Amino acid sequence: MSANDAAQRDVIIRYEDVHKAFGPKVVLAGFDLEVYRGEAFAIMGPSGTGKSVALRHVIGLLKPDSGVVTVDGNDMRTIERDKLRELRSRMGYVFQEAALLNWLSAGENVALPLRETTRLPDAEIREKVNAKLALVQVPDVYNKMPNELSGGMRKRVGLARALVTDPEIILYDEPTAGLDPEISSSINHLMRDLAQQLHVTSLIVTHHIGCVRTTADRVGLLDGGKLHYVSNPQEFIHSTEPRLVRFLGDKLD
Amino acid sequence: MSSMLSRFLGDVGFQLTLAVQVVLRAGSSWRRRTLVADQLFQSGLKVVHVVLLVGLFIGMIVALQTGLELSRFGQQDQIGTIVALSMCREMGPFITATILAATVGSALAAELGTMAVSEELAALEVMSIDRISFLVMPRVLAAAIVCPMLTVLCDAIGIVGGGLIAQSQLNVGMSLYYDSVLESLNDRGLPFDLPKDVYTGLFKSFVFGIVLSVISCAAGVQATSGAMGVGNATRKAVRDSIIAIIVSNYFLSWMFFNT
Repeated sequence: MSANDAAQRDVIIRYEDVHKAFGPKVVLAGFDLEVYRGEAFAIMGPSGTGKSVALRHVIGLLKPDSGVVTVDGNDMRTIERDKLRELRSRMGYVFQEAALLNWLSAGENVALPLRETTRLPDAEIREKVNAKLALVQVPDVYNKMPNELSGGMRKRVGLARALVTDPEIILYDEPTAGLDPEISSSINHLMRDLAQQLHVTSLIVTHHIGCVRTTADRVGLLDGGKLHYVSNPQEFIHSTEPRLVRFLGDKLD
Repeated sequence: MSSMLSRFLGDVGFQLTLAVQVVLRAGSSWRRRTLVADQLFQSGLKVVHVVLLVGLFIGMIVALQTGLELSRFGQQDQIGTIVALSMCREMGPFITATILAATVGSALAAELGTMAVSEELAALEVMSIDRISFLVMPRVLAAAIVCPMLTVLCDAIGIVGGGLIAQSQLNVGMSLYYDSVLESLNDRGLPFDLPKDVYTGLFKSFVFGIVLSVISCAAGVQATSGAMGVGNATRKAVRDSIIAIIVSNYFLSWMFFNT
């Protein structure tokens, strides 16, 4: 995507000069980013630099100390409760450890947002859940409990739960962390296929270069509380910027 | 000192806010009946044997300690009155609530604490699921129901335990013992057609059930920092619940029996 193309496109998520600190620890310090509707943007960075913190601002789990985060034109600092609920229903969030409720079966975990926030009949909910489980390639796990699933399967169920309300935006928090390379690769391809099939906007937090290569249209490096070197994955990987080379060095190996 | 005070006030404020939120969501209890029933099983049936065992021995201890003193004055036939009033007014509600705080309260804090640190609570929030209605209200309602029910069992088994001691150690016949038990519980107070000593004890239990479950849930949902945070939340839940039960017990006793 050229710079001109980007300028023409509709911004769905915008961070403007966002600052966030937890006590004395400054995490975001002038964070700026625009994510366009339908694109997949990856935020890379070393552990502990605030990637997940940045992501949590989008869904209203955190509010900035200063600066503005808007999602589809809604200011997340001042958004009203009902509007936030409606906005969240249009977003899916894939947690690092899947965050499945361990006392519900995999299928009931996926069904939960529908059971709690809609009045759909049971049969329709079950049909939707089975469709999403099939979409993420774990069609036979409805009745399995989370502790009976492997790490990769839990991630897929978490992804199915994020998809079950047919969101326009999906937020991925380290979607391949803790998985072996083979399963990571399959999750990356699944994310890419879903983005293409469902035309969703994806904001991905990761420190895996393989995830960026496979899934992202654009990528930036979060370091020192700010986003640097925003570009497409190829330019990003082949950049000669010393900080980027230092960060990517062992990952490219 | 001032930071301790502000932390204490912050905790109490959070617990009171949580209690109010639970009350405001009580209307959804029918919709949550499956979750409530599950919690009734978890917090009720699983500790019945503990309550029965402890209640039995508490009744025996009360009978033994007071009976020996009474027998010095030839008043051992009053043992039924003392055991019945002790169990129904104080020991039954207090012992039951303490057992629940140590077993159910710690489990609630650990369960919700684990959910907090493993981002399950955050997941509920991003799915716009009301965590109070979905997680806290069913647990508080179950504890409020279970605590008086278990107290009835504790009272009854304690009185039976006292009777065993009265007969075997104090030479008080069973019929005399139970006559004095029934006579002592004959003070029927308004507004219920129940012995005042029984219903005030049950009311206390109801309050203790709410107190211990709200405090435990509050500790759980505030847990941070992984396994250590869950451990801290559990310890805090049991400690604060027992303190709150004792303090509220004093005020409830004062309210009912101060003449």
